[in-house]
Amino acid sequence: MPLKRVDKTPMPERDAVLRSHDFIEVNEGYNIAHARFEAERCLRCQDPVCIDGCPVKIPIPDFVHLIAAGDLAGAAKILRSANPLPAICGRVCPQESQCEEQCSLGTRFVPVAIGYLERFVADWEMGQAPGEEPEQPTRTEKVAIIGSGPAGLVCAGELARLGHPVTIFEGLHAPGGVLRYGIPEFRLPKEVLDWEIDQLKHLGVEIVCNVIIGKTISLDDLFDEMGYSAVFVGTGAGLPQFMGIPGENLNGVYSANEFLTRVNLMHADDFPNADTPVMVGKRIAVIGAGNTAMDTVRTALRVGAEKGMIVYRRSDKEMTARVEEHHHAVEEGVEFHWLTNPVEVLGDEDGWVTGLKCISMELGEPDESGRARPVPIEGSEFVIPVDNVVLSIGNRPNPLLLQTTKGLKSNKWGCLVVEDESAQTSLRHVFAGGDAVTGAATVILAAGAGKSAAAAIHEDLCG
Amino acid sequence: MAKILEKRSLTPVTKLFRVEAPLVASAAKPGQFVIVRVREGGERIPLTIADYDRDEGALTIVVQEVGTTTRLLGTLEVGDDILDLVGPLGMALEIPAAGHIVGIGGGFGAAALLCLMRELSARGDRTTIILGAREKGLLILLDELTEVCDNLELCTDDGSAGLKGFVTERLAQLIDGDGPGRPDNVVAIGPMPMMRAVTETTRDQGIPTLVSLDPLMIDGTGMCGGCRVTVNNEVKFACVDGPFFDAHQVDFEEAVRRNKMYVKQEQISKDRAECRSLAVGQD
Ligand SMILES: Cc1cc2nc3c(=O)[nH]c(=O)nc-3n(C[C@H](O)[C@H](O)[C@H](O)COP(=O)(O)OP(=O)(O)OC[C@H]3O[C@@H](n4cnc5c(N)ncnc54)[C@H](O)[C@@H]3O)c2cc1C
Ligand SMILES: Cc1cc2nc3c(=O)[nH]c(=O)nc-3n(C[C@H](O)[C@H](O)[C@H](O)COP(=O)(O)OP(=O)(O)OC[C@H]3O[C@@H](n4cnc5c(N)ncnc54)[C@H](O)[C@@H]3O)c2cc1C
Ligand code: SF4
Ligand code: SF4
Ligand code: FES
Repeated sequence: MPLKRVDKTPMPERDAVLRSHDFIEVNEGYNIAHARFEAERCLRCQDPVCIDGCPVKIPIPDFVHLIAAGDLAGAAKILRSANPLPAICGRVCPQESQCEEQCSLGTRFVPVAIGYLERFVADWEMGQAPGEEPEQPTRTEKVAIIGSGPAGLVCAGELARLGHPVTIFEGLHAPGGVLRYGIPEFRLPKEVLDWEIDQLKHLGVEIVCNVIIGKTISLDDLFDEMGYSAVFVGTGAGLPQFMGIPGENLNGVYSANEFLTRVNLMHADDFPNADTPVMVGKRIAVIGAGNTAMDTVRTALRVGAEKGMIVYRRSDKEMTARVEEHHHAVEEGVEFHWLTNPVEVLGDEDGWVTGLKCISMELGEPDESGRARPVPIEGSEFVIPVDNVVLSIGNRPNPLLLQTTKGLKSNKWGCLVVEDESAQTSLRHVFAGGDAVTGAATVILAAGAGKSAAAAIHEDLCG
Repeated sequence: MAKILEKRSLTPVTKLFRVEAPLVASAAKPGQFVIVRVREGGERIPLTIADYDRDEGALTIVVQEVGTTTRLLGTLEVGDDILDLVGPLGMALEIPAAGHIVGIGGGFGAAALLCLMRELSARGDRTTIILGAREKGLLILLDELTEVCDNLELCTDDGSAGLKGFVTERLAQLIDGDGPGRPDNVVAIGPMPMMRAVTETTRDQGIPTLVSLDPLMIDGTGMCGGCRVTVNNEVKFACVDGPFFDAHQVDFEEAVRRNKMYVKQEQISKDRAECRSLAVGQD
């Protein structure tokens, strides 16, 4: 029996002061010694409860054991068979509420660093020659994938492996969805995403950018004019919500989507070498406390803000961001205003943001979500002086495809309705998964949905 | 990528391009636009679909050079590719069959009237176009526009062609019954001050008026909210809900202010682009 050390092997990280001015990845990754050391902590439980916590049921003890044994190729094979995007999920999964939350070591000690190990194996794999041989399509039924986020990418890869000719249609000029325009480089290097996309191309998947299904081509035409036999809808949840408070349209107010897209997709951090600017003053307030809010405030520091603040109407316990993101934000000097609800954005006579008027909150009875309901404290209004405000209070599915496709059903939040088992929508041969179905969720859930939809599509076409 | 099939200089700073974009051409409707990107690291900018030819799979766009991206686009030649082109975006213009429709254009707006007025004329509406410019040489596409409407009316600030004065003066005369007579509907496309003036001219007359708003855009699909405008006290995303809106409900002040958000950066970018092209010119 290996020794069960109490602590997990720390992730080597770049210095907080240095890193908060550039976009180089914060986590440097384990080396082989770290990885084997950490892998040996795993108990190889009879009943590996960690697997229950993983949405795609990675056989965790098996791959962890192979790391300990030094068989990285074997570990990579196991990982990839369950999760087609290990290098990405190893970096961005909220492990603490999934696999690592369940890990039995966690009851007395600290859970195995499953995410770090997953990333380690996947990074090792990236350094190797391309593994999979391209498949010649063995089936004639073509499948169209709408959207190139994790759901679409994974669905495409799985279908190509099953022998189908696959085309991904993406509305933007570059593929990846939120992985491209949302999650910043310092958390998920574009190199990693590009590598995954190259693997798909290697498998024979065709990616066509600058095509919006519902505008450039209708969903019906994919079947009638272009000869596709099935369609997977992975259009995500990219519609930003606003609060509806006065001053939201002042100059200097952004949605998190716009702010992050300007930097990640359009490279505003490199202005004027790149042509798209982003407006950052000295002080920026980001409203919300999810991953998107943390990404936004940390990005703001990197493009020149002197003070980055998170403003959230609930307390730190209700924050939805990954623990690691919050921790990194704290290290980088982000200021947190918990139990603070914005009521108005204030501006000068030229319409530029000067401040954020807020009201203090206290926690009351639990609401429908089970979280304590924040209640305003009467008369507690105060103003935080700021130059920019970014709203990061959630996204909904984009209604564009729904508006232009007859018979495609959605629920009252605009999420596509699918059958639980088959991922089939209200239209025949049209399947869906990822944020378009669940509303804003996680990369691994989107990837898992893409994978099971691929199986359902194959069954539908060939079963 | 979209290959340039034809290029024409309409004025020293206005260029017409016909580009190969079969999918967009076959889906395009009057009033919609495309977003283009000209170079790696370049901005995404919206441009109106001036015309389309489904058989040939070609689109016509008309570009007025005002800053970095439009100037860069202006340097492309026949046979070159536009790096990225996506569309058609926005809602097609819908005007109830109305009798007499007056389209008012300034700047690149003249081009935007091309396929629009042709379609309205074809369905049987009586159509008038009022074009305005500083002087005669800046009035564009006169031959093409003459063909797509019943009456073409010109206005210039210096009187070198048509009426000496603003388009709104001619519009007011029409409303009073002059020439082709009172419009039942008005559509204005052009610089913000012009659209604003048209809006005020028709407001008290109760003539339904549409304007094409041109806020800054990035994705053009409703993903960023950067293009938001206030219409009838509601926030709308111009790229998906517009670009045409009921003029009498538009908060123009806000729209003008938001368009000026990056004036400083645009100047930096422009100066830099000029440096770059000077440097190229020297080798
Ligand atoms: C800033 C940010 C940080 C996040 N951080 C994390 C994290 O740390 N961990 C985590 O697990 N999750 C995180 N998430 C959530 C996660 O990114 C999403 O749940 C996931 O990307 C959803 O994947 P998807 O494939 O369903 O859609 P998306 O990634 O949204 O991709 C959808 C794609 O479809 C395209 N599209 C839409 N409509 C059309 C159309 N009609 N035609 C053609 N193309 C279309 C879009 O342009 C887009 O590229 C984060 C989200 C954001 C915004
Ligand atoms: C729906 C829509 C349709 C459009 N159709 C056309 C068209 O058919 N032909 C055409 O030439 N232009 C059109 N425009 C305007 C065009 O998109 C802008 O001129 C372009 O984005 C400017 O980019 P730039 O990099 O060259 O200049 P920038 O450096 O971005 O700006 C240079 C100068 O132009 C002003 N400016 C920037 N953007 C706009 C804008 N959206 N509207 C007005 N002034 C602006 C700036 O304030 C600045 O003074 C349209 C805009 C929209 C929203
Ligand atoms: S995919 Fe996510 S949940 Fe599953 S094992 Fe990896 S890190 Fe854990
Ligand atoms: S629960 Fe933890 S210790 Fe047990 S097998 Fe899973 S990772 Fe290893
Ligand atoms: S341009 Fe992004 S929402 Fe309209």
